[in-house]
Amino acid sequence: MQPVTSVSGTAYPWGAKNIDTDIIIPAHWLKTITRVGLGRGAFETVRAQAGNVFDDPRYAGAPILIAGDNFGCGSSREHAAWALADMGVRAVIAPSFSDIFSGNAFKNGIVPVVLPQEAVDRLVEVAKDQPVTVDLETMTVTTPYQDRFTFELDPFRRQCLMQGLDEIGLTMAKDTAISKFEGAVDEHRPWIGSRSGYASIAVNGAGRT
Amino acid sequence: MASRPQTLYEKIWTAHVVERRDDGTCLIYIDRHLVHEVTSPQAFEGLRVAGRRVRRPELTLAVPDHNLPTTPRVDAAGRLLPIADPESAQQLDALRRNTAEFGVDYIDATAAEQGIVHVVGPELGFTLPGTTLVCGDSHTSTHGALGALAFGIGTSEVEHVLATQTLLLSQSKTMEIRVDGTLGFGVSPKDVILAIMGRVGAAGGTGHVFEYTGEVVRGMSIEGRMTLANMSIEGGARSGLVAPDETTFAYLKGRPMAPQGEAWDKAVAWWRSLASDSGATYDKVVRLDATDIAPSLTWGTSPEDVVPITGVVPEPDSFADPAKRAAAQRSLDYMGLTPGTAMQDVAVQHVFIGSCTNSRIEDLRAAAAVADGRRVADGVRAMVVPGSGLVKRQAEAEGLDRVFVSAGFEWREPGCSMCLAMNPDKVPAGERCASTSNRNFVGRQGPGARTHLVSPAMAAAAAVTGRLADVRDLMGAKL
Ligand code: SF4
Repeated sequence: MQPVTSVSGTAYPWGAKNIDTDIIIPAHWLKTITRVGLGRGAFETVRAQAGNVFDDPRYAGAPILIAGDNFGCGSSREHAAWALADMGVRAVIAPSFSDIFSGNAFKNGIVPVVLPQEAVDRLVEVAKDQPVTVDLETMTVTTPYQDRFTFELDPFRRQCLMQGLDEIGLTMAKDTAISKFEGAVDEHRPWIGSRSGYASIAVNGAGRT
Repeated sequence: MASRPQTLYEKIWTAHVVERRDDGTCLIYIDRHLVHEVTSPQAFEGLRVAGRRVRRPELTLAVPDHNLPTTPRVDAAGRLLPIADPESAQQLDALRRNTAEFGVDYIDATAAEQGIVHVVGPELGFTLPGTTLVCGDSHTSTHGALGALAFGIGTSEVEHVLATQTLLLSQSKTMEIRVDGTLGFGVSPKDVILAIMGRVGAAGGTGHVFEYTGEVVRGMSIEGRMTLANMSIEGGARSGLVAPDETTFAYLKGRPMAPQGEAWDKAVAWWRSLASDSGATYDKVVRLDATDIAPSLTWGTSPEDVVPITGVVPEPDSFADPAKRAAAQRSLDYMGLTPGTAMQDVAVQHVFIGSCTNSRIEDLRAAAAVADGRRVADGVRAMVVPGSGLVKRQAEAEGLDRVFVSAGFEWREPGCSMCLAMNPDKVPAGERCASTSNRNFVGRQGPGARTHLVSPAMAAAAAVTGRLADVRDLMGAKL
């Protein structure tokens, strides 16, 4: 995962409340075999409406989304975070998030920023024509108009984001311990690491298609 | 170091701790990983995007099963037949490409070894006692029959295991399920696990790992133990274990991926040490007397909705818990059943013999014994789907296919088939199926489908009588 220390740029000045994961990515997109490319299906029903914020050229490719209360409620699909990441969103600012969505957001390098409703209202106004900056170092959201809102994040998750450590990355950092364990297994339970030959059966090994 | 008596679960857990964190969660090493086409594409995709490789490709084995149609895969000339549903075809193709790209062993749909992951793992000796084994599928608990700590995981965890060969886990509680006594005439392992579900309830095992013990379990074949372990998840437990014993070793010896020679002897010595110590304690204990278990089946839409075949559709008011009462009413509406109806008076239109619960050779033998010399009743569609190509081949060598086909059953290619409505084998809305699978959930076998979970012999009895029937009557008639 790419480290995120700050996210800066245009923001979709949306502010809509109770956006469930079905709005973020409709169910018919779940049959996909990849997590990339879901950006095309993101907010499909919203984008079907004329004048929507996502098709406004002023905000094209914005890395920040400003939304209302209870963002990401509904089904637990990780596809919602995959879709946002795929459309280039790296931070979502809202007064509250569903637990499952914020967990999925972290796993996919998206910062869920919780700010009070007044701050979110103010940012929706400013973001119409000004950039917004979310900074994980100072834990602030700032604008060129000297707005400065502080937010909080679970320290462990903040560290994961700033060092680009997803759960897999974190475990990979324990490579020495894992390798040591594997060494002990090779000694005491050698049949685990070296499976018997199976020339007699039809298994396609490395490199064969 | 003098240690207190330990259970089988604790011993396997302890042997796999890479690192213990302050909050008690442990980084657990995963010895074996099974992969199929549905829950793996995004995991491989994640590795690709992050530029990661599979840490130990040789500990992973991939095989397609869920989406695969159970119709012939090649034509008479040996040419591959296309798969009609483009999305299924795409997922199957992705598995083939991903395993090739990441160097993971892959069994193709056209190979004799192909089958349902939970049938393939044990029969190839990929599954071994005392291992930790995972798969992106909840019925991974099946492998616990061989004494493997086996459980289902989600797509993010599949990726985690591929990349690190570990998982961060917290230890579960343990529940001993002890079945003593002797099984009655016509009573199979499936009836035992249905009786257990009726007793423990669909959420009774939440947070626990089951260990099946007692003389009935000890007397069961590995196939029978797999039927028990398979449905542990239906009781809310993520895994179910049976301690490895002589039956286990005899089953595994000589399997292609099992250890051989000196490694085999060393392995057996370790496996013997895994059984729960006398004096080890469990967080909960449930005891059943096998003598009380009759051939059983489900009447509702939860695996805990179990009655003996001699029973009747229950009255919702007979349940003390108001939530259960309401659920029972909803189930009966969905199932199209009236309280008080004798289960044996309920007609079926479909019979499915297959799934990772009951598609192994013994299951097919039990069903064939009932089907032999009889005919599938008019208006019933009955299919037999062997769990793997090897099971199919074995059954054909024993002539079971001819028994089924001449009785009017369909004899199909291996796969998950009618267990879940993800491939072309489905039960139409409003129609009723006697099924040897493990889930009778709303819509599981197709939108509006009505499922009764039964043993293979009971399924065959339903096929030849056209209704839910007591297999003992048919077996008696032939004696
Ligand atoms: S047979 Fe059914 S329960 Fe078993 S793996 Fe396939 S779909 Fe899952």
